Amino acid sequence: MSGHPSYQPQSAFMRWMERRLPLGGLIYSSFVAYPTPRNLNYWWTFGGILAFMLGVQIVTGVVLAMHYTPHVDYAFDSVEQIMRDVNYGWLLRYLHANGASMFFLAAYIHLFRGMYYGSYKEPREVLWILGVILLLLMIMTGFMGYVLPWGQMSFWAATVITNLFSAIPLVGESIVTWLWGGFAVGNPTLNRFYSLHYLLPFVIAGVVGLHIWALHMVGQNNPAGVEPKTEQDTVAFTPYATIKDSFLLAVFCIMFAWFVFYIPNFLGHPDNYIPANPAVTPMHIVPEWYYLPFYAILRAIPNKLLGVMALGASILILAFLPWLDTSRVRSARYRPAYRQFFWAFVIVCIGLGWLGSKPPEGNYVLFARIFTAYYFAFFLVILPVLGKIERTKALPNSISESVLREGKPIGAPAPPPASAKV
Amino acid sequence: MSVLGGDGPHAEQLTQPARAGCGWTDGQKGTMHVTTMSSAEPTRRDFLYIATASVAGIGAAATLVPLITQMNPDASTIAAGAPIEVDLSPIADGQVIKVFWRGKPIYVNHRTKKQIEEAQNVDVAKLPDPQPDSARVKPGHDQWQVLIGICTHLGCIPIAHQGPYDGYFCPCHGSVYDTSGRIRQGPAPLNLALPPYAFLSDTKIRIG
Ligand code: HEM
Ligand code: FES
Repeated sequence: MSGHPSYQPQSAFMRWMERRLPLGGLIYSSFVAYPTPRNLNYWWTFGGILAFMLGVQIVTGVVLAMHYTPHVDYAFDSVEQIMRDVNYGWLLRYLHANGASMFFLAAYIHLFRGMYYGSYKEPREVLWILGVILLLLMIMTGFMGYVLPWGQMSFWAATVITNLFSAIPLVGESIVTWLWGGFAVGNPTLNRFYSLHYLLPFVIAGVVGLHIWALHMVGQNNPAGVEPKTEQDTVAFTPYATIKDSFLLAVFCIMFAWFVFYIPNFLGHPDNYIPANPAVTPMHIVPEWYYLPFYAILRAIPNKLLGVMALGASILILAFLPWLDTSRVRSARYRPAYRQFFWAFVIVCIGLGWLGSKPPEGNYVLFARIFTAYYFAFFLVILPVLGKIERTKALPNSISESVLREGKPIGAPAPPPASAKV
Repeated sequence: MSVLGGDGPHAEQLTQPARAGCGWTDGQKGTMHVTTMSSAEPTRRDFLYIATASVAGIGAAATLVPLITQMNPDASTIAAGAPIEVDLSPIADGQVIKVFWRGKPIYVNHRTKKQIEEAQNVDVAKLPDPQPDSARVKPGHDQWQVLIGICTHLGCIPIAHQGPYDGYFCPCHGSVYDTSGRIRQGPAPLNLALPPYAFLSDTKIRIG
């Protein structure tokens, strides 16, 4: 990259290697010399945290798989055996179960960061869509993993979620039978979920590769939302971004460890320590916390097919965000009205999550409907219209200007951008 | 592509030895250039491309058949779905028992007089999934209500003798069914399904 030194192999071996497989050069240009905007804040460290969590899930998952038995008669007991008999089995399983929650927490922060700073806008549309695909893959992986311990919640989650497909007209029932491999959720279902739960994380890893490739094509967005123009606007990835990422990763790991060692079952549901019983549905079934907002949307709509469609749409609509938001200004820093609607959206999502954990009755349903309406209105009405009518603030001329002079011009005052009205 | 795509009018070039080296670079630009033009008329070569690609495509699609159908219920699963017989004599008035057929819970409800009357005296036209009670029991066996205990919303198991109609209540998303198993409230679109069954005698049924 211009201005930053290119890779100079230090040892004879690396020089030999570089002429055959230039891995050193690739790593150097991607993670050492790679220019990052100098104004990145801590919200930009969650990508690294996500990569770390994927690693944690794969490592703990592969070792859990050495002790787990995917059969309806043994699955529950094999997980209990992991907890009681396998050396450090309790630690590995709690890391994996809580790791899934941490993974989703980081993903949601990462996603809201993108929404706040307009990171999905031109030229980052493909990068953003790859992120939505990653979210979908995570949702599928987490769901199938949750079925594996074969407790009551596992079984009934599998039943309810696979039955979502029965809402499809005409072919719905056949699709559900095909998914189950039987006439109800049973051993064939558990087996295939295990196979796919093992596979999908590696698919995720592949898509992460594409995500990073696309990122390095278009460069990172930044809190000012204006592209780097000169070398002054960027710093080298190492040490600047590496240190910042490492620091927040360490803080994140402290929280992760706090869950694993002090409240390992806080995010789980006690009913999943009851073996699966196809004859009795628990009185109150809820999904894992990270699915609750979507679950609330499903239940808010009193019609099966429409409810299922709203559930699907609530995730897929994210992929269309680059075209639904019509504003040319990226960062919410310079969009005062958008900022209000954005925070309302965050509150609505958290509110939907809370409502999803409540029984579907009375005022809970009423609020779930209001919040669901806002959720969709945000994408379909507010964003398209706001971009056309909002009075945005003046953008800084460059990243350095926004950092060094809090937005005041450096040197000779530059004329304000044509579109900006203060 | 461009070199190989010798179209009809230039077919004689195939005999030129210079072609073997894909040698359009050295001084041949002028003549070889024309081979990159697409001809208006389809040639034998175009036909071969399309035919080869089609055969490969059909072959690839055919391999999907086993890959997809392997996920459908296997022979043993289907065989395990053989009919079962249920003795009704021990079921008391007002009692509901649950049996399993094909991994699905089947409710056998010995309805009381009051329940039967309530199920029959309903304005059928006002129901979300209109069906008279008579269509949901066997003629002459009004007291026996046999149905699949799987909520038509998303597949939870409704609890018997619960909810405002003294029928079934689904704890998952709050669907309410009456004593005929018809949907009355909540997100479920349809009445509880009926399994195929027949009375072998007044006190015995065969399900399946
Ligand atoms: C994207 C990464 C992954 C996520 C989000 C994820 C999520 C989950 C979840 C939520 C559970 C249920 C935990 C519980 O309540 O006990 C689970 C269980 C399990 N997972 Fe994963 N997983 C991931 C990767 C993997 C990988 C790569 C493997 C194997 C190679 C694996 C193997 C297992 C096994 C054997 C279980 C059952 C044991 C248990 O329940 O603790 N996982 N996973
Ligand atoms: S599964 Fe019964 S109401 Fe949803």
